[in-house]
Amino acid sequence: MDWEIVMGLEVHVELATKTKIFCSCTTEFGGAPNTHCCPVCTGMPGTLPILNKQVLEYAVRAGLALNCDITRYNKFDRKNYFYPDLPKAYQISQLYLPFAQNGHVDLKTKSGKDVTIRIHEIHMEEDAGKLVHSMFGDATYPDYNRCGVPLIEIVSEPDFRETEEVIAYLAKLKSTFEYLGISDCKMEQGSMRADVNLSVRPKGSKEFGTRTEMKNINSFKSIERAIAFESKRQIALLESGERVIQETRRWDENKGKTFAMRSKENAQDYRYFPEPDIPPVSISEEEIQHYISICPEFADAKAKRYVSDFGLSEEDAGIIAGSKYFAQLFEKTVELCNDPSEVRYWIMTQILYFMNERNVQPEDIKLAPEKFAQFVNIVKAGRINRQVGKTVFENMFFGSDDFDIEKFIKDNELEQVDDSELISKTVQNIIESNPKAVEQYKSGQTKIVGFFIGQVMKQLKGKANPASVNKAVNDALENLKED
Amino acid sequence: MDIFSMTALETGKAIKDGKITAVEATKQVLDSAESKNDKINAYITICREKALAQAEEVQKKIESGELTSPLAGVPIAIKDNICTKGIKTTCASRILGDFTPVYNATVMEKLNNAGMITVGKLNMDEFAMGSTSETSYYGAVHNPWDLNKVTGGSSGGSASSVAGKMSLVTLGSDTGGSIRQPASYCGVTGFKPTYGTVSRFGLIAYASSLDQIGPIGKDASDCASIMDIISGKDSMDGTSLDIDYPEYLSSLTGDVKGIKIGIPKEWYNNKGLDSEVAEKTRKVAEVLEKAGAVVEEISLPFAEYAIPAYYIIATAEASSNLSRFDGVKYGFRAENYSSLVDMYNATRSEGFGKEVKKRILLGTFVLSSGYYDAYYRKALKVKAVIKKNFDEIFSEYDLILCPTAPTTAPEIGKSLSNPLAMYLSDVFTVSANIAGLPGISMPCGFDKNGMPIGVQLMGQALADTKVLNTAYAYQQMTDYHKQEVK
Repeated sequence: MDWEIVMGLEVHVELATKTKIFCSCTTEFGGAPNTHCCPVCTGMPGTLPILNKQVLEYAVRAGLALNCDITRYNKFDRKNYFYPDLPKAYQISQLYLPFAQNGHVDLKTKSGKDVTIRIHEIHMEEDAGKLVHSMFGDATYPDYNRCGVPLIEIVSEPDFRETEEVIAYLAKLKSTFEYLGISDCKMEQGSMRADVNLSVRPKGSKEFGTRTEMKNINSFKSIERAIAFESKRQIALLESGERVIQETRRWDENKGKTFAMRSKENAQDYRYFPEPDIPPVSISEEEIQHYISICPEFADAKAKRYVSDFGLSEEDAGIIAGSKYFAQLFEKTVELCNDPSEVRYWIMTQILYFMNERNVQPEDIKLAPEKFAQFVNIVKAGRINRQVGKTVFENMFFGSDDFDIEKFIKDNELEQVDDSELISKTVQNIIESNPKAVEQYKSGQTKIVGFFIGQVMKQLKGKANPASVNKAVNDALENLKED
Repeated sequence: MDIFSMTALETGKAIKDGKITAVEATKQVLDSAESKNDKINAYITICREKALAQAEEVQKKIESGELTSPLAGVPIAIKDNICTKGIKTTCASRILGDFTPVYNATVMEKLNNAGMITVGKLNMDEFAMGSTSETSYYGAVHNPWDLNKVTGGSSGGSASSVAGKMSLVTLGSDTGGSIRQPASYCGVTGFKPTYGTVSRFGLIAYASSLDQIGPIGKDASDCASIMDIISGKDSMDGTSLDIDYPEYLSSLTGDVKGIKIGIPKEWYNNKGLDSEVAEKTRKVAEVLEKAGAVVEEISLPFAEYAIPAYYIIATAEASSNLSRFDGVKYGFRAENYSSLVDMYNATRSEGFGKEVKKRILLGTFVLSSGYYDAYYRKALKVKAVIKKNFDEIFSEYDLILCPTAPTTAPEIGKSLSNPLAMYLSDVFTVSANIAGLPGISMPCGFDKNGMPIGVQLMGQALADTKVLNTAYAYQQMTDYHKQEVK
């Protein structure tokens, strides 16, 4: 039987406000345990929450960017449960009236398919702390630094059918929130977390199967693995005549499996009720209009512009515009050197290579556009060729702020050689010392030209102008033929 | 100079005039509190050293002219659910153990800045849950007028210490009558301000939407002078009101001419209402009428639903508010447990008293899935109806006059076994909390056993000075508030 996977996502995003949602403690990541907290966020008796207005602003701007209806009269609710990382024993959240509803996100997947994912709602809430298990013995200690860090939870409709849609959706959320400057969306640091609700059904069926909810997925790669594992598990159950149990399952990254955490039958009753300590907060039409007016250009619009203004391919434009950090670097560098194609070349080859091979994140890029432009100008002027350029680029990219391109080229004698006399002399040397290859050439194996070019470049330590070498080698070999 | 023959304001003036120092006044209160506490049990903590040190510092500042508040140098005692930095704050519960806050409640900061001296922390019903001050882990509070009688609650220590000359003026908190009802039982004056006019930051919550801190003292002037200090918008409390606050003390003119007072007829038909209480409180209306007030009968038909709505809303909020006492972070933790859940169960079973557990269970039930709409949501609707009912009355009347409680103080040990009867002792006070209104209780006579009777005046939200001024006018014309325990 053919099966269809149906998924809905609950994505938690930490908002990048300087202070927590209900007190003035810092939201900075890390810090020694229990140093970023106060009586309010540790829920000491008698303390009260005060809503950080910036949280509401960031949240509403996220809601607008995801095409949601914004609730004008916002209330909070308490979600009650006992756990040592939750010092008040309730989480302040929004159940009855989430701040944003009925939105949607348009996506293009990696294979080029257009998909629309509907957003059911987005609500605000506070993060909990974490438990640290002692290295000695069996003690567990709470660390309340994360307590009260503001979160929004984006709940989608069950509109996902394939993993690549999930990936594209998360990438789009990340890109959008980066452009808004409201979150850094780092899955590895937990500032973006996705819970995947997944069920399977026979292809063509209209009814939903029984779903499970997967938690604790910490990277894009894990999401792919978790979806693959869980859908296979459910299909195997159904094909062997068993049933899927509605439950929460924890993804174990090391084991590559999901494990049951709690079933629906044992589901907690959170006893939600309106939070009496926070009066309702209204959002005015003027505020909404203001947030719309300060809305930045997002990835899709940027990509279109890159295609029409700079002649980039749709794919390249999509990748560069997909990250705010790529886009900033690209736009500023192009503005300085006026050569979009060359800037594109270095981002798409070298920087993407660093990302894949060296785990560089776009937000970690320190390269200044001024330096990048200077580099492009040097390449354009033919002072170094692209081959040597790769070495220079790598050193510049990973180098410190005061990395001096000119000095580096000079110290390493990387300046391009375009001395025709030197090049033709080298060509002659190579031809003379490779009689066998010359014979091959003469017998019609013209591909051997590449060998000669390679040898010449090698002799000249890769610094020669490739076009000049190309021409010199071809000319010299042509001359041999005539002999 | 015996400061117990004076009000807090008079004591403040005597200190300012150099007739007595803040240190001497504080010593008198400490000595009296310490000597009488065995019998009355009004205090959980008496902080002699801290109080004397504070008094010395304050005295210097009064002499240098740095402190000018009319109550500078006057000792005050605080209900033990208000956080005091460096002073044990127990809520009269075992579960808070030796909890000592690292922060002051906003009201404490304000009292300290005004130069008032904190002499100790007052006994109460555990977590302010009760109407008799018998549910304290530290034992019942006794009524100074008759040590076999209760003081009322939950601010029993706050009222009995004033009546028993163990304090001059105190802070209490009122969630369903917890300031007014003990003030009534103890023959003192207790004021519950409009919800939101006194910061709740640092008040250990019972029911957040109903709790309000207020003063208990000998008369309306003392209450007003405390309000001048503790009221105001607080950036630490989102529910505190951003309004122009009145000058409470200077609003007391004693003029009640033309003030329209309504007497709810249904309340006087209440079966549980003692005839002496009915008679004496009606006489208050006559006194005010003579001074120019207009008194009429009114109808408050929905107020009878205030008690059930109150016990649903209050217990629901309490079940959530008290969840943080779980043995993880501070306070009491059970000694024997085998797992996390077991630790929670053991700690909360051993740490909370019976009445508190009963209310947590009730509140947990009314919030649970499937029952929320039938109970909590309905109670919120009743709340809205009651508020509307009051709004209509207050569009025509300035104040409502009624008994504070249906009876005078019952005997110790008789109430907790009959909780429904005890809950009904709040019948006249809870609606002010449900609707967020200001209310005052003041003495207006005695029953045949010599126990004090209290009358209540309630006003529209933010009509606090109208309530205080009318009480002040009454006290200018009568001397019930000056009667002392023999």
